Amino acid sequence: MRVTQGQFSFLPDLTDDEIRKQVNYAIDQGWALSVEHTEDPHPRNTYWHMWGNPMFGIRDAAAVMMELDGCRKANADDYIRINAFDNTRGVESIVMSFIVQRPAHEPGFRLQRQEGEGRMLKYSTSGYSMDRA
Amino acid sequence: MNAVQKGPAKGIKEKNSGGVLKYAEMGYWQPDYEPSDTDVVCLFRITPQEGVEPQEAAAAVAGESSTATWTVVWTDLLTAHESYQAKAFRVDMVPGTGAGTDTPAQYFAHVAYDLVLFEEGSIANMTASLIGNVFSFKPLKACRLEDIRIPAAYVKTFKGPPTGIIVERERLDKFGRPVLGATMKPKLGLSGRNYGRVVYEGLTGGLDFTKDDENINSQPFMHWRDRFLFCMDAVNKAQANTGEVKGHYMNVTAATMEEMYERAEFAKQLGSVIVMVDLVIGYTAIQSMANWCRKNDMILHMHRAGHGTYTRQRNHGISFRVIAKWLRLAGVDHLHAGTAVGKLEGDPMTVQGFYNVLRESYNHQDLSRGIFYDQDWVDTKKVMPVASGGIHAGQMHQLLSLFGDDCILQFGGGTIGHPGGIQAGATANRVALETMVKARNEGRDIDNEGPEILQQAAKWCTPLAQALDTWKDVAFNYTSTDAPDFAVTPTVA
Repeated sequence: MRVTQGQFSFLPDLTDDEIRKQVNYAIDQGWALSVEHTEDPHPRNTYWHMWGNPMFGIRDAAAVMMELDGCRKANADDYIRINAFDNTRGVESIVMSFIVQRPAHEPGFRLQRQEGEGRMLKYSTSGYSMDRA
Repeated sequence: MNAVQKGPAKGIKEKNSGGVLKYAEMGYWQPDYEPSDTDVVCLFRITPQEGVEPQEAAAAVAGESSTATWTVVWTDLLTAHESYQAKAFRVDMVPGTGAGTDTPAQYFAHVAYDLVLFEEGSIANMTASLIGNVFSFKPLKACRLEDIRIPAAYVKTFKGPPTGIIVERERLDKFGRPVLGATMKPKLGLSGRNYGRVVYEGLTGGLDFTKDDENINSQPFMHWRDRFLFCMDAVNKAQANTGEVKGHYMNVTAATMEEMYERAEFAKQLGSVIVMVDLVIGYTAIQSMANWCRKNDMILHMHRAGHGTYTRQRNHGISFRVIAKWLRLAGVDHLHAGTAVGKLEGDPMTVQGFYNVLRESYNHQDLSRGIFYDQDWVDTKKVMPVASGGIHAGQMHQLLSLFGDDCILQFGGGTIGHPGGIQAGATANRVALETMVKARNEGRDIDNEGPEILQQAAKWCTPLAQALDTWKDVAFNYTSTDAPDFAVTPTVA
């Protein structure tokens, strides 16, 4: 399977050149950028590991690409995403988020159903990647 | 700023003796009045009957939408009467009407209302005042409420959208692109199990949301509980297939509040992130559902069913921009606001005006988009506008260019009618969307290069190639009924 979170998961994986263009777009808007990674891409796993703090006031995509390289080397089998933050009043949230690395094999998710009263069902999703250990 | 006026207004002395007075003479026409920062200000487009002076017609609108009745009453003298009188303070001829045209003379009448006229936090009360009687008033041939400036002091008495664009995106983990949806088709006749199949295919293929249509409630062919159960199985399975948060707008529209609460409660128990209501349930019911959603972490989707009966004609009714303002205050998270390029009514600039009303922090006067007044939303949450109705993947560049990222693009027929199946239809739309966002961010001129950008993506994405081929000639190029008219000189406030 392919985890399709983020802005560009339906496209072929972005090249470094394409990633740089997106980072430049964010820089031009005055947004801060961050790199995050995880071994558990559960749809409701909000907090991936931060690869350092978000980078504020950067002028050059090279700084972000350097952090991304570092994160890739240290976490070759993780999902990695780049986020952009807009601190404009009334927004103050994430305004871009796209996956820039994914593991060679994406194991996907198990859906469990717990039957309840009547025909009620309680659903629970868990990542197969979390089964090891 | 204008404090409550001292002394009797013109004509008030005559009230002791009773009888019929002209509205203008009773104090409802005050050309020198400057609206206060706490006044509600309305712009009416009026078509007076033959022989009725425009100022008198404007004064009559002010009178009939505030405290006046058709004759003078001595009981007015028991009240601080001037406070309750609305004041028509400006009248302009509408360009392109009157002598030498095919249209009877129309006028833009600006009317100010003191804040004391309105109950805090009640759309029902605001609308009962402003549109209660006046639209049936005989001295006018026609009347349309074009725009409204709601003062910050009044805006702050409404809770607004239960979720808002920002929090919705954070909950759904979807950023930096329009959200993608589809309305389930056919509208009528699918059993719960068949219906859930369409939901499953659409969401697994790449949609973020699927949607009940406005008239899907609980009919003989599909009981609402069946629909909810099957759809939530589809939603959860699609989530597991893709690793993305998905949703289906569960239409809880029903005959009574009790029934709507019961349906919404069941949707919540099944883990739905969103419920839906139709505009026809009415403002009070909408505000109640907004309260319920706020209490239960639920997004509230609204389909504007029925609005065309009063928003479409230029000379009579209410502009949708006014409805949009009321609904932002009443508290909906999604609102259908037009596509400009699809099958339903909508001049592009006018539709952009509706979008701006829903999602800007402050609307500046923008006459070409039909925005007559500045409107400060004083941090009221933003509503996600929904573009739905006769749109397809081949228009992606136009949609993104017109509406930007903060909207929902809903392709119903444009998903389910795909020759390769529903999943293929969903994938085609998602690929088209992501391709166009990426190209825009890369600095490409999507207005001009859009079709070429889509064709490039179609080379590696067969479903997109099929979609572009199937719908390449579909366009709805008709002249819009509702486009803005405006005088060249800017208006006040």
